[in-house]
Amino acid sequence: MDWQGQNLVEQIMQIMLLVFAVIAFVAGYVLGSFQMMMIVYAGGVTLTALITVPNWPLFNRHPLNWLDPSEAEKHSKPQVAVSLKKKGTKK
Amino acid sequence: MHSFGYRLNGLLTFAVTILALMCAITSLSDNFNTPSPSAEIKIININWFQKQPQGHDEVSLMMNVSADLQSLFTWNTKQVFIFVAAEYGTPKNSLNQVSLWDAIIPAKENAKFWIHTSNKYRFVDQGNNLRGKKFNLTMHWHVMPKTGKMFADKIVLTGYSLPEEYR
Repeated sequence: MDWQGQNLVEQIMQIMLLVFAVIAFVAGYVLGSFQMMMIVYAGGVTLTALITVPNWPLFNRHPLNWLDPSEAEKHSKPQVAVSLKKKGTKK
Repeated sequence: MHSFGYRLNGLLTFAVTILALMCAITSLSDNFNTPSPSAEIKIININWFQKQPQGHDEVSLMMNVSADLQSLFTWNTKQVFIFVAAEYGTPKNSLNQVSLWDAIIPAKENAKFWIHTSNKYRFVDQGNNLRGKKFNLTMHWHVMPKTGKMFADKIVLTGYSLPEEYR
């Protein structure tokens, strides 16, 4: 999944779960059935999982262009600054 | 959220957190219920009333217990536990509460009932103060929820008394 897909999926997941929680609570309260609330919510969680967790192609429409490995070899690697002197610390 | 496992974990964690919130709100919704229960207890007969070998008074009685506790049930009620206690004072104890009978009501339909029964548990005093004793019969109930806070209350019925002499 590309970055934009991941963002989108996170938003979808949060909103869907909250919406299903509200729907489930209202359904349970109105019907006077705790079990109904649980069933509706469980269904909602499953549906959200099916939509947001697998790597659907629609979330991969802006793929990143990673540098080809053979290209990377030709350019020098970035230098990491290493401090050779350690300042002595008094305990 | 860059892998299947991460997304699944995030989703499940959020889902369970929201579930906890739903249960809390469900419990809070119980406060909007205004119950109007009623109960009546009649002592039909004193079966026997004796002083036990250890020196304590004991009485066995038959009673009719009838109640309408349907208004206690909400959508969040698992069951209602009720018990009938005899309450009286003695020189030794300012308040004695002796549980005589209890029951579990699993559903609203069973909450309106009438029962003719002897005391399920022994009515024994700490001493021998029961002759001619005036006492209250209190119906206590605990409304046990499916999730959240339990509510407990009672109805006090006064005017009962035991015979002056053993029989």
